[in-house]
Amino acid sequence: MALNNEKESIVTVNNVSKRFIKSLDLAGKIAQRFGADIREEVVHAVDRVSLNIQDGEVVGLVGESGCGKSTLGRVVAGVHEPSEGNVLFRGKAIENLTGKDAKEAALKIQMIFQDPMSSLNPRLRVQDIIGEAPVVHGVVDSGNITDYVEEIMLRVGLDPSYARRYPHQFSGGQRQRIGIARALAVQPDFLVCDESVAALDVSIQAQVLNLFMRLREELNLTYLFISHDLGVVEHLSDRVVIMYLGRVVEVAPTEILFSDPNHPYTQALLAEVPRLETRQRKFAPVKGEIPSPIDPPTGCHFHPRCPKAFARCHQETPALKEIESNRFSACHLND
Amino acid sequence: MPLSESPTIEVKDLKTYFFTKGGIAKAVDGVSFSVGRGKVLGLVGESGSGKTVTGFSILGLVDEPGRIVGGEILYRGENLVSASPDRMRELRGVNISMIFQDPMMTLNPVLRIDTQMIEAVLAHESISKDDARQRARDVLGQVGIASPDERLRSYPHQFSGGMRQRVAIAIALLNKPDLIVADEPTTALDVTIQGQILYEVQKLCSQTGTALIWITHDLSVVAGLADDICVMYAGRIVEQGSVNSVLDKPMHPYTNGLISSVPSRNKRGVPLAQIPGMAPSLLKLPKGCSFGPRCAQFSDACDSIPDISNYENGRQIRCHNPLDKGTILRVMD
Ligand SMILES: Nc1ncnc2c1ncn2[C@@H]1O[C@H](COP(=O)(O)OP(=O)(O)OP(=O)(O)O)[C@@H](O)[C@H]1O
Ligand SMILES: Nc1ncnc2c1ncn2[C@@H]1O[C@H](COP(=O)(O)OP(=O)(O)OP(=O)(O)O)[C@@H](O)[C@H]1O
Ligand code: SF4
Ligand SMILES: [Mg+2]
Ligand SMILES: [Mg+2]
Repeated sequence: MALNNEKESIVTVNNVSKRFIKSLDLAGKIAQRFGADIREEVVHAVDRVSLNIQDGEVVGLVGESGCGKSTLGRVVAGVHEPSEGNVLFRGKAIENLTGKDAKEAALKIQMIFQDPMSSLNPRLRVQDIIGEAPVVHGVVDSGNITDYVEEIMLRVGLDPSYARRYPHQFSGGQRQRIGIARALAVQPDFLVCDESVAALDVSIQAQVLNLFMRLREELNLTYLFISHDLGVVEHLSDRVVIMYLGRVVEVAPTEILFSDPNHPYTQALLAEVPRLETRQRKFAPVKGEIPSPIDPPTGCHFHPRCPKAFARCHQETPALKEIESNRFSACHLND
Repeated sequence: MPLSESPTIEVKDLKTYFFTKGGIAKAVDGVSFSVGRGKVLGLVGESGSGKTVTGFSILGLVDEPGRIVGGEILYRGENLVSASPDRMRELRGVNISMIFQDPMMTLNPVLRIDTQMIEAVLAHESISKDDARQRARDVLGQVGIASPDERLRSYPHQFSGGMRQRVAIAIALLNKPDLIVADEPTTALDVTIQGQILYEVQKLCSQTGTALIWITHDLSVVAGLADDICVMYAGRIVEQGSVNSVLDKPMHPYTNGLISSVPSRNKRGVPLAQIPGMAPSLLKLPKGCSFGPRCAQFSDACDSIPDISNYENGRQIRCHNPLDKGTILRVMD
């Protein structure tokens, strides 16, 4: 399914599914040792998702914890292989690329992770963290690497005189800048930003968001910006994708999505967003639980929590349909 | 509340310092506030500003190398700073409870939920086991956990992170305490679940008169929940007052900077107002006002630590150059 003009798209996600075998976490292993009856299970993290991202666009990806945002981002960035479906980069299936083309596609899509500390090698100096990949991939020759690293550090607002320091010698916001610098060093066109400001303090978050916006203009970058913070996504994105339990339920231009959400889940989500303007508000009980991706509900995944659900929603999965030009929603109410 | 009734908790000039190898970290340095029956206080500040240490001080949970070195914590008039460890144990979990950011600080991974909850009730009350189980069930229902009977027989790992946090919150509510200190308990949760928990907490405060201290870095949550707000920076409260007065007319340059940098306060797509620089290390505080190096209002006077100035309606600000009526001033670097 084409969600947008095919020709200009930089990344196309084609009916992608991703399943995991869920192994036990530490608490699970401890409990198992104490005789609790628990096994490994299959998680349907991403369930037949299609998406087109255009050159230069910022697409915000939103949804509750565990709905599959990171998994989708990792599939797009080539960190995970999809269980089904494929990802096209500038119209070509990444899985079919070989040699130089495959290498180039891999470099052109970079991922920036949530927790900068765990994604930076603590034993490498910043100059090596940033400079390693571009030398290995021949983006720059080793003779010029010092100047190159300096240029990139300046671009992300890091003092180049700190190039010989290690990650632990930086603050959280600075480490996130190191992560961004490392990704930029291979001159990507497309960045998957996974909760890239979530771990940062409010005042530092504003600085890093401003950096993302400036870099986009300077380098003509395209972003898939994953966040559970709707305020951040609203500020930054051109278009917003809402996921629920592995599926895309709504896609719309940012202004329309926030002013006139179509899907009942999007409506529920927006109603709960805390806002500075809303004082001493009366909170309301929300019905139901977030269901588990191990055993998702039948029909529309949202039906057990949906105030508008009717018989059909229990049985039939609603397709993601264009309800208006450039607006998509997966809800039976639109038929 | 009758005029003669004292607040549930009154913190006066609290000082909690950490005596580390690198020097003395004044994590809480002269903090004062009070919370009355049924009231909610939002304690806001960035990482390392001393929010958790303030909460731990109230619960008597500060460990070496930390120590309360000054001030008073009056719980219904009783000074907890000089209370014995036995007395603190007696109060914790019954009169005062804490909800931690990480639910596994409350939950024991190798015990079933019912064992943990029933134990928490019976530790402080002599009722039958069946009655205790009934109470546990009711409270789980209150925090939005479906089929509580079945859930009671589960282990913590069988819950998602969000559910674990709700169980931890349920345990804090079990004995209907007079005071709850909630340390960022919903930060890791989704907004729909957060709304559900805020609903329960709000109900508890208004129905049973529980006083609540809600610690967070998220001003928007405080806006919707709290009556009063304290903004902490580097171990001190720099601004406090009613939620409406502080959020509508911030007078401290730091509060103003924080509010201005919230994305919804900025036009879509344009750079956000930002506070330059970053919070100082407590071991290397700048001379004078700790916010000085990041402050657009900085003047020579700021080389000395500003005292608390009092304004009408109980507003307090620590700043030599407070913003007149909170003019929104954009701080850019
Ligand atoms: N490597 C993995 N092995 C097993 N299960 C996984 C793995 N990665 C993700 N999952 C599961 O897949 C589902 C989707 O996870 P994912 O991390 O994509 O969600 P998310 O939307 O990014 O959530 P969050 O907002 O919490 O980051 C979850 O149930 C998760 O437990
Ligand atoms: N065990 C400790 N040893 C030494 N210093 C400590 C210890 N615990 C806390 N501190 C100091 O106290 C300061 C305040 O810490 P606290 O945990 O209260 O911050 P916080 O406001 O809760 O931050 P966050 O938002 O990150 O939770 C820290 O900057 C740290 O310097
Ligand atoms: S005291 Fe001075 S430096 Fe500190 S916040 Fe006020 S104006 Fe700024
Ligand atoms: Mg994720
Ligand atoms: Mg804390």
